[in-house]
Amino acid sequence: MAPVLKISNLSKTYATGFTALKQVDLEINKGEIFALLGPNGAGKTTLISIVCGLTYPTTGTVTVDGFDIVKDYRAARDRIGLVPQELKTDAFETVRATVNLSRGLFGKPHDEARVEQVLRSLSLWDKKDSKILALSGGMKRRVMIAKALAHDPQVLFLDEPTAGVDVELRRDMWALVRTLRDQGVTVILTTHYIEEAEEMADRVGVINRGELVLVEDKVELMRKLGKKQLSLQLAAPLAAVPEALAAYGLELAKDGSELVYTYDAKQEHVGIADLIRRLEELGVEFKDLRTHQSSLEDIFLGLLNQPAPAAAAQDIAAQEASA
Amino acid sequence: MNWRAIRAIYLFEMHRTWRTLMQSVLAPVLSTSLYFVVFGGAIGSRMKDVDGVPYGAFIVPGLIIMQTLTQSVSNASFGIYFPKFVGTIYEVLSAPISFIEVVLGYVGAAATKAILLGLIILVTASLFVPVRIDHPLFMLLFLVATATTFALFGFVIGIWAGNFEQLQMVPLLILTPLSFLGGSFYSLTMLPQPWRTITLFNPVVYLISAFRWSFYSLADVQIGVSLMAILIFMAICLSAAGWMFKTGYKLKT
Repeated sequence: MAPVLKISNLSKTYATGFTALKQVDLEINKGEIFALLGPNGAGKTTLISIVCGLTYPTTGTVTVDGFDIVKDYRAARDRIGLVPQELKTDAFETVRATVNLSRGLFGKPHDEARVEQVLRSLSLWDKKDSKILALSGGMKRRVMIAKALAHDPQVLFLDEPTAGVDVELRRDMWALVRTLRDQGVTVILTTHYIEEAEEMADRVGVINRGELVLVEDKVELMRKLGKKQLSLQLAAPLAAVPEALAAYGLELAKDGSELVYTYDAKQEHVGIADLIRRLEELGVEFKDLRTHQSSLEDIFLGLLNQPAPAAAAQDIAAQEASA
Repeated sequence: MNWRAIRAIYLFEMHRTWRTLMQSVLAPVLSTSLYFVVFGGAIGSRMKDVDGVPYGAFIVPGLIIMQTLTQSVSNASFGIYFPKFVGTIYEVLSAPISFIEVVLGYVGAAATKAILLGLIILVTASLFVPVRIDHPLFMLLFLVATATTFALFGFVIGIWAGNFEQLQMVPLLILTPLSFLGGSFYSLTMLPQPWRTITLFNPVVYLISAFRWSFYSLADVQIGVSLMAILIFMAICLSAAGWMFKTGYKLKT
């Protein structure tokens, strides 16, 4: 299947000399939910801004559904909906007027029924005649989404959709994104909340210092980089890991009162039973134990703490090779 | 052409006028009426006729141009500056719209408002002083040309302005003196030299002269020259606005 969004060799250096993107290549498949993760200033918003026509690229090309964003900007932009990170609304207008404006800007005929549908899907219908300035922050966020959906885009960009949003709206937002995906809309979201990517995304991209560090199927990523840890609370603290247990790669934590064993849960012999038997033989007693599965967040932080993005990429390549 | 986008911007901007009716229509009408009371009624009665036209009626075309010009600039500059300021401009920039369509929407709406205002002032004026229009079609043409040109000028200022102070600066420091010294209240022949020659460098002189000709067949400058001056100024504003959109000046990074 041809990608709905194709980004090739995209770089952006601002007039200040700051390089926000470095030769980014990315393909997004039709109908998928793609989460772009990265710390503040990593280049997420710059990437979105270029695709949507708000920022000029320094080098590289972008096509949307095969249409170049510069040469065929009308056809390309027709297919894109954008919900920016910050709340930018026509404060003095009504909800309905601002959504109608959005439809018009994208060249779509006036269609009350469609606008009603969009507003209802976002629980905004009751507020249709309210001025936007009278709405709460969460409601304004919904208005921004309604505006982006008003022209029925094929690709929807959600830039930090749930930043500063309450739990209820976040759940609603996730439900909405799933509905959109079911309708065949491709959703690209940027987020700080790894939980969000973990919950929603089909694929995950991690961007750091303008470089796309990795792009991976979410399940695959968690399988590859996800570790499981067994922590044993010892009855008496140890000064060092006993020599006899060197083969397990154990670590001591909490001033020697906890013994941590890291293992791959997918392997046939995870070694837990062996380890416990050996501990018993050595007379190391423990009073409690727990296991912990690393989340996408742990993986993410692990990637960002790499000395350089290139090293992280190599690590992943190495892991892939060994997997 | 994305006509629907032009229409959407135009209607959205016009809606803003109705919402701010007091400020955008009533205020200029009131201030112009005050001019008629003071200059037409009070002082005008003691002034001699200018080339056979009573002073109160003589100043009508100049006052209409002054208000049309000021309102075109402020409407258009605010119309594009405000979305830039609050950030809603992102939607216009990300929509499938060309530069010319954006200009048609914003400038068209600003010019429409200014033209309507000019006509309202004309009606108001005729309540105070005897107004006569010798060339009504030319009158409309000059009104439209003035409103469009200065709406374009305002659009350029709105994109250029980095803050509200800059937005106000050009209208207050440049346009107000130019329009006051543009011959609204006097005929150029009343000026001593060298001021009569210096005044010819003021573009507003050409607008007012042409506009007054359409009323009373009196012109300080030849009509052809006036028309040329208006067209040249319009071309300059259009190229400036075009350049701004092409380079993304203060709109895109």
